[in-house]
Amino acid sequence: MRQQIIISGIGGQGVLFITRVLGESAMLEGHDVLTSETHGMAMRGGTVISHVKVGPFESPLIRNGQADVGLFLNAGNLGIHGTLIRPAGMSFVNTPQRGNDQSLNATDAAKELGAVVTLNLIMLGFAMRKKAFFCSEETMRTSIRRISNPGQLELNMKAFEAGLAIEG
Amino acid sequence: MGRLPVHGSFVCDEKGKEIEIEMSESDQRILMGNEAIGRGLVENGCELFASYPGTPASEILPAVRTFSKETDTAMHIEWSVNEKVALEVALAASYTGKRAAVAMKQVGLNVAADPLTRAAYLGCVGGLVVVAADDPGPHSSQTEQDSRLFALFAKVPVLDPSSPRQARDMIRDAFEISEKYEIPVILRPSTRVCHSRQNVICRQPERLSRKPDFKKNPGRWIATPMFLTNLHKLLNEKLDALAEEPRSYPRLISGDGSMAGSCIIASGAAFANTHELLEEMGYLGKIDLYQVTLPYPLNRMFIKDVRSRYAEILVVEETYPVIELQISTERSKGKRDGYVPRQGELTPDVIQDVLIRFLEAPVTRPDYPAPAKGKRPTLCAGCPHRASFYAIKDTFPGGIFPSDIGCYTLGMNLGAIDTCHCMGACVSQGAGFYQAYALKGDPVPPIVVTIGDSTFFHAGIPGLINAVFQKARFIVAILDNSTTAMTGNQPTPQVGTLADGQAGNPVFIKDLVKACGVRFIRECDPYDMKQFIVHLKQADEFVRSPEGGVAVIISKHPCILDREGRKGQKAYRVKVTDECVGCRHCIEEFECPAILFDEELQQARIDEIACIGCGVCEHACPVYAIECEEVSS
Repeated sequence: MRQQIIISGIGGQGVLFITRVLGESAMLEGHDVLTSETHGMAMRGGTVISHVKVGPFESPLIRNGQADVGLFLNAGNLGIHGTLIRPAGMSFVNTPQRGNDQSLNATDAAKELGAVVTLNLIMLGFAMRKKAFFCSEETMRTSIRRISNPGQLELNMKAFEAGLAIEG
Repeated sequence: MGRLPVHGSFVCDEKGKEIEIEMSESDQRILMGNEAIGRGLVENGCELFASYPGTPASEILPAVRTFSKETDTAMHIEWSVNEKVALEVALAASYTGKRAAVAMKQVGLNVAADPLTRAAYLGCVGGLVVVAADDPGPHSSQTEQDSRLFALFAKVPVLDPSSPRQARDMIRDAFEISEKYEIPVILRPSTRVCHSRQNVICRQPERLSRKPDFKKNPGRWIATPMFLTNLHKLLNEKLDALAEEPRSYPRLISGDGSMAGSCIIASGAAFANTHELLEEMGYLGKIDLYQVTLPYPLNRMFIKDVRSRYAEILVVEETYPVIELQISTERSKGKRDGYVPRQGELTPDVIQDVLIRFLEAPVTRPDYPAPAKGKRPTLCAGCPHRASFYAIKDTFPGGIFPSDIGCYTLGMNLGAIDTCHCMGACVSQGAGFYQAYALKGDPVPPIVVTIGDSTFFHAGIPGLINAVFQKARFIVAILDNSTTAMTGNQPTPQVGTLADGQAGNPVFIKDLVKACGVRFIRECDPYDMKQFIVHLKQADEFVRSPEGGVAVIISKHPCILDREGRKGQKAYRVKVTDECVGCRHCIEEFECPAILFDEELQQARIDEIACIGCGVCEHACPVYAIECEEVSS
């Protein structure tokens, strides 16, 4: 089992949380996992990226053209990190205009839930529905439960389920 | 020629048997490299830990706190006022026989250089580990210096992990070396280790139960110059002995002899990247690949072997040629001849290009377009620094604005800072600008220094004393948001909360400023911009008056990321009226992420989700088109 995933967004959008959910899910399913994250000044609204590598890898970083899956929480990031996705890979993009079946207006969907901060989990749920990941839905739910702050748990689960339920 | 014997190395093969046995008995967790380091410190009987926050090392202390609590391990844990202080505190704890450790970013090691270089000569008693986190790239630092080279200069052994797991395991090795040779040991993780996550098997802490027992030894702990030649000799002997130890021999992944005359030597994150690339390119197991786990002092036998066995040697290391300098053969390719890029991070993409050349590999890489420029970071919506910066810029259009390290470096986006150098430098630079302009009576522009509260505690105070004493004249605005915001909101001495959450004895900035001899001190909330500007003008009058000197304004408002601090804050409903003429002044000069420009309407508008309702932008519209109405929070 080998899968390489990137999560690309803007500081504050919850890229790190998704990274942790994927890392935890890998461990729960018995895989080795390596991630790499952006911390520091960029977290103040700058461009951030996480790499997640599930399976027997040594390096935490993904090269150009090697990622199997990309979650782009901000459409503008495609021009920055899009080259990391391999030609047959999947790129899920949060965008105001839905173009293909891998794009979604997650910001609006999150607003409907009353919390724009949940757009990360809506994107995760949406990509899960499209069978993008190495793990099962149930594993992902368990990870979200384990990682969420108790006060945020209900909202996080709701957002993930909302993403899972999005058609098209 | 052919396969080399596998020598013992400081870390066992990560996929080795030992680990598999432990799997069944221990718990496995996803740990960030910094958490793994914190776990390693707790597991290995460390009893005192001190740190100053700095990316990429900031998460080590919280991990030490969490794991010591969880395992019921008694430890003294502190956010020290700076790295030099942290190391000195830990050093004395080591003199009593206890294990101690400090963590800092690489430039923090510059600050701690004085105690460290002498600690190499005098040594330690209980194991002393210095975690210095490097930042090749750099992603979040003022240099991309290499702490391994610093270790060579200081004559201190250094271990270089390539993964979170290895970082945790090397803590054990570091303590062992430190106690065997009575010498401090540096662990050098880089950003890609610190900020990686990996599944790590947690072990239970070792209980050392050491009683503190400081043994007086003036010839060692006071060590006047007459003792130092001998101490230096002892230090050299310790390093020689360590370099002769078989287990300091680098870890070898042998080739099959088909490329017998060549080898690749790597360390740290660069090793992880190289290892994976060789596997992917089909060269792992063909060419000899070494992981140097102890880059200094480099194993003597290894140096001899490499020189005698290989005609073609590639060294992949970040960021300076530390291994290469010690191998010292003209046959090595690497950082010295620029075969490997001499600056910047050695990402897998960069290393792959190097490997393709070195191996003459039949691999073609498609050309990828240069990525678009990312979005730059900005001060948060509602950040009190923005209010201070706007007022300073507005009041002193021709001013010189030295600044410093922290969130407020982002004042650059607003054109409100002119310099940023190293921790605390802005105050001394303010004095230097003044002396240069004033020397021959040239007109002195307004000089307004901005420094954060944590940075002021860290290294701003000596500069302020010096400026007052030397009769410099300028304004210092201490941007006091009651936290160390950039690195994750660690408490400052003024906040009075200790690293373990207990109450400490708070030390107040105003008292310190007064004690430095400053005679003009004002305190003001920058959200009250009108009053803040009044203070700035009065400060300028004071600075230029016959009896003037340094004026200090403490710009006090809690960081808006601090939930407690936000509670007492008034909130406004902000809107842009039709009076907006689309001049973009608020966008360019105020740069709040909650003010957007509507290209269709050619007017500014408020992003209601991003806006926290601070109401400060009311002052930033030249035509008064921003209206703020108070709402009950």
